[in-house]
Amino acid sequence: MKQGLLSRNPSILWFLAALGLFTLGITVLSEATGTGLISTSFVKTLGKTLCLCLIAIAMDVVWGYCGILSLGHFAFFGIGGYAIGMWLMYARTEAIVAESLAASPIPPTAQEIIDATGTQIFGVVGSSDFPLIWAFSHSLTLQLLMVLLFPGLLALVFGWLAFRSRVTGVYLSILTQAMTLALSLYLFQNDSGLRGNNGLSGLQNIPGFEAVPQSQISIAFFWASALALGLGYVLFAYVTSGKMGSVVRGIRDNEGRVRFLGYHVESYKLFVFTITAIVSGIAGALYYPQAGIINPAEIAPIASIYLAVWVAIGGRGRLYGAVIGAAFVSLLSSWFTGGGAPDIPLGFYTIQWVDWWLILLGLSFVAVTLFFPKGIGGLFDYLTHVKTPFRVGDYGPDKGALRQEEGHEQ
Amino acid sequence: MLRALLFAAALCLCLPASNALAQQSELQTLLQSHQADVAKPSRSSVDAVLADLAASNLPGVATFLEKWQSKDVWVRESDGVFFFGRETKDGIELTSIATGEVVATVGKKEASQIKPNGGVRKQLGTALVQFQLSDPDITRRTAAVDAIAKSPAADQLEPLLAAIEDEPDAALKARKTRLAGLLGARFADDEAERIAAIEALSGELSLDVRAVMNQLLTTQSKVATALPDDVNIAHVYNVGDDLTADAAYAQLVAANLAPAKISEAEIKTALVANVANGSAGGIPTGQLGDIAKRLTAYDALAAAGTVPARVTDADVQSALTTHVFFDVYDEPSAAITAAALEARTEIRQRVAFNQAGDFALDALSLASIYFLAAIGLAITFGVMGVINMAHGEFIMMGAYTGYVVQQFIPDYTISILVALPLAFAVTFGAGVAMERLVIRWLYHRPLETLLATFGISIALQQLAKNIFGTQARPLTSPAWLDGALVFNDVVSISYIRIAIFVLAVIFLGLILFILKKTRLGLEVRAVTQNPGMAASMGINPDRINMLTFGLGSGIAGIAGVAIGLYAKVTSEMGADYIVQSFMTVVVGGVGNVWGTLAGATMIGTLQKGIEWLNPSNTLAAQTYMILFIILFIQFRPKGIVALKGRAAGD
Repeated sequence: MKQGLLSRNPSILWFLAALGLFTLGITVLSEATGTGLISTSFVKTLGKTLCLCLIAIAMDVVWGYCGILSLGHFAFFGIGGYAIGMWLMYARTEAIVAESLAASPIPPTAQEIIDATGTQIFGVVGSSDFPLIWAFSHSLTLQLLMVLLFPGLLALVFGWLAFRSRVTGVYLSILTQAMTLALSLYLFQNDSGLRGNNGLSGLQNIPGFEAVPQSQISIAFFWASALALGLGYVLFAYVTSGKMGSVVRGIRDNEGRVRFLGYHVESYKLFVFTITAIVSGIAGALYYPQAGIINPAEIAPIASIYLAVWVAIGGRGRLYGAVIGAAFVSLLSSWFTGGGAPDIPLGFYTIQWVDWWLILLGLSFVAVTLFFPKGIGGLFDYLTHVKTPFRVGDYGPDKGALRQEEGHEQ
Repeated sequence: MLRALLFAAALCLCLPASNALAQQSELQTLLQSHQADVAKPSRSSVDAVLADLAASNLPGVATFLEKWQSKDVWVRESDGVFFFGRETKDGIELTSIATGEVVATVGKKEASQIKPNGGVRKQLGTALVQFQLSDPDITRRTAAVDAIAKSPAADQLEPLLAAIEDEPDAALKARKTRLAGLLGARFADDEAERIAAIEALSGELSLDVRAVMNQLLTTQSKVATALPDDVNIAHVYNVGDDLTADAAYAQLVAANLAPAKISEAEIKTALVANVANGSAGGIPTGQLGDIAKRLTAYDALAAAGTVPARVTDADVQSALTTHVFFDVYDEPSAAITAAALEARTEIRQRVAFNQAGDFALDALSLASIYFLAAIGLAITFGVMGVINMAHGEFIMMGAYTGYVVQQFIPDYTISILVALPLAFAVTFGAGVAMERLVIRWLYHRPLETLLATFGISIALQQLAKNIFGTQARPLTSPAWLDGALVFNDVVSISYIRIAIFVLAVIFLGLILFILKKTRLGLEVRAVTQNPGMAASMGINPDRINMLTFGLGSGIAGIAGVAIGLYAKVTSEMGADYIVQSFMTVVVGGVGNVWGTLAGATMIGTLQKGIEWLNPSNTLAAQTYMILFIILFIQFRPKGIVALKGRAAGD
C-alpha cells in the first residue's frame, strides 16, 4: 500500500506546528518585532540553538539511521561557517577600506582597495596578500555555493575513500575524528590563509545592512534558522522514510545482509554522509553570523563528540529526539556555565556549577547510555503507549545497530 | 712630600720581607736596569726588554705589561724610578711596583706618564697574550684561550703557536692546538700553511669550524659593466635564471648605476602633490581611479619636468644587458677559497650525515613516547576491543599521582620510584572500577562504549581541573636525568628521552611476557578470541576482562609519569595523546603488541620527517601526518601487522 510522506511520518506535522508556534512566540516577544520581553542576545542564543538542532538532525540521520558514528560533522559545520564568514569579512572590510580611501584627493584604483583590504584582514597574521582560497570571497553567490560545495566535496571524497575500503564501526569513527583533528590543526596555522587561531571575526555585521539594528538582524536570522530547521526536518524525514529509508536502516543493523540483497551499500552510505555534511554546512553558515566569530577551536574533535552526546541524550533513531537533545543540552549547558544555576552550599564545600557542570554532563551521559538508551525521545513512546515490539537480541549484528531496548516501530 | 716618603720608608721597613715581595722588587730592579728603554720605548728597543722580562719568569710581569700597555706606568722625575700611577684630583697617586703599596701622591710636574706608541703597544699586547697563555696558573691560561676563541684576531696566532709546546695540561694543549688550526686557516702568513690548516679542518663539524669556513667564504654582491680580472670571483649571475630581473635592477639602483623605479605608490603621491584646479597632469582627479589614466597623467607631469621620468621596461632591460652581476670573495686568494669551498662541502656532508643520525634519535624518542602512551590502549582496545576514550585521562591521572607524590617526598629519585608503582595502582583501580561499573554492560556495543567512556573522560578532566587548577603542574625529574648525552655539536639526546626509551623497551618486554608466557596471558587471549569457549574451559571471562582492563589502564598511569617528566602536567595532557594513541594502535594493527610498536615507530618517524622538511611548523607536520594515516588505512585497513586466521575474528 502506497502511503504519503506525511502519513508515514506523523511527526512532521507535529514538529512543524511546534516549530511554527515557537517561532511565532519568540517573534511576538522579541525587541524588534514585538513586546521586547526577550533580549536580543537571547534571540541570538535561540537562533544559534535552532542551527545546532539542524546539525543534530543531520547527525541523527548519519548515526541513528545509517549507523555511522561520524565524529566529523562539526567540521562540516565549521567549514560552512568559514565559507560564509569569508564573504562577510571581505565585504565588510572592503566597505570600510573604500570609505577611508575615498578621503584621499584622487580616487583609489580597484587594486589599491583590494591590497588595503588584504592588509586589514591578514595584518594580524603578518601577511597582506589574499591566498588562493579567498578567490571567490568578493561574491556572495559564489561563497554561498562554497557553503554547499566545500563540505559536500570533502564528505564525498572522504566518504568514498573510507566506505570503499569498508572501514566500518569504531575504525570509521576514529578516522573521522582524525580528519576533524587534521582540519582544525591545519586551520590553526597562521599560513593556512584563514587567519590562524584568530579566526574570522566581526561576522555579526552584515554588509549592506549597517544601518539595521542588531535586534532586527537577530530576529531575521532566527527566522532563517527556523525555516532551515523546518526544511531540514522535512528533507530528512523524506530521506529516512520509504524504500530508501528502509535500506539505510538495514545498512545500520546488518550491512552484510543488505549487500547480499543486491543493494550498493557504499552509494547509500556515501549519499547519506554527503547530504548530512551539506546540511551541516548550511547550519554552520547560519550559526556563525549569529555567533559573530569563528575560529579553529570550534572545529576541534570534541565539538563533534558533543554532537553525538546531544543525539544520544535526545534519543537516536528519531529526528525529533535529536532536536530535543540538542536544544535541551545546549540551553542547559549555557544556563549552567553562564552562571544561571544557583550554587549548592554543602557546608564544607560549595558546588559551583561553572566548575561542576561538565562532570554532571559527563556522568549523566554515562547514565543515559547505560540506563536510558532511548533518551528523552523515549518519553514520547511512554506517553503515546507505543509498545516495544518483542525481539530477542538487537536489531542486527552490526556495531551501529539499534539495541533491543532502543527499538520502536517506525 | 717628605713626610709621605718617610712614611712609605717606615712602612717598607715594618713589613716583613716575604718571598713574593722579594721577587717583585727583583722586577723593579730589572726594570730600572732598562730605565731608558722602558721610559721611552721604541719598536726596535722594546724587544730586548721583553726578552729579558720573559727570561726572568717573574710573576708580576704580566701585570706590568698590562699597565705598560694601558699607559698606567709613570716615572718619577727626581730619581727615574717606575711606579704604577693613577691620576687623582690631588695629583698623581704612585703605587710601588715592588711592594704594591701606595707610596705617594705627587704633583703633575714631578712624575711623567710613559706613553708607548701604537706599534709598541701592539708588540706589548702580543707579548702579553704569550705571558697569559703560559701563565703558571691554569685558570688564567684557560681564560686566555677562551678569550681568543671568543674573538679571534690575526696577531694572536703567533703567541698561541709558541705556547703550545710547553703546555703541561693535555686537554688544554689539545684546545690550543685546535684553536691554532682555526686561527691558522684564517690568519697564517703563508698561503700553503693556510690551505694545510683548512684541509686539516675539513674533518670536523663543530660550529666554530663551520663559522671559520663561512668567514673564509664571505662574498659581496657586485655589479659592473665587465667582469674585473683582479678579484676572486665566487659566482656570476645569469639574470632571469638565478637572479630575478627586479633584484638585479635593485642592485643597479643601490650601486647608483641606474635611476630608481617609480612605484605605483610614488606615482600616486606625486599626483596628489600636483593636483591643481581639480586635475593632475591634465586629467581630472575623478578619473584617476584607474592605473592607465594615472600613468598618462604622470608622464604628462614628467614631460613638464615637475617629476622624474618613469623608468620603462626597455630602460630596465638595456641596463640589465649592459651590466654583469657577480659575487666576489672577500678573500683575494683563489686557491684558499677553493680549498675552503671543498672543505665546507665535506663538512656539510658530514653535518648532514650527523643530522640524519640526530633525526633518527629524535624519531626514536618520539616513537617511544607514542608507544608508551599507546601500549595500554593496545591492550584495552587492541586485545579486548574496548574503546576507552578515557585512556588519555588515565595518563593524566598517572602524571598527577607523580605530582602529588613529589609534594610528600622531596627527594626526586625516591619520589619517582614511589610514583611509578603508585601510579600503576591508582589507574589500575580506576580501570577496574570503570570496567565493573560501565564497560561490562556495553561489551559488543563499541559505539556506546566510545560515548560512555567519553563522558567519563570529560568528567575526569573537569575533576582534575577542579582539584589541581588550570595551570600546569611541574613533575621534576631527578638530577641525574638532567642534561643530555652529547656526541658532538650536531648529535645529542637528553637523558630523559633515553629513560623514556628504556621504559618503553621494558614495557614492551613485560607485556609480551605477560601475554605470551603466563597463565593470565593465555586466558586473556582465549577470552578475547572466544569468550564462550573460554568460559566452558573453566576460565572466568568476567575476572579476566577486569584484570586485562586494569592492566592496560595501569600501564597508562605509568606512561603518565614518564610523559609528565618531560612535558607539563595539565588536566588536558591526556586529550593531547588520545587521538594519536588510537592512530598508533589502528595503524600498527589491532590485537598485536608488535603492531603497536610498528605503528609508533612509523608515526614517530613520519612526524619527525615532516618536521624536518618543514621545521618551522609542527602543526603542519601533525596535519600531514594525520592525512597520511587516513590514506594509509585505505590501503591497509587492518594495519601494518594484520592478524590472520581465527585470531582476526572474522
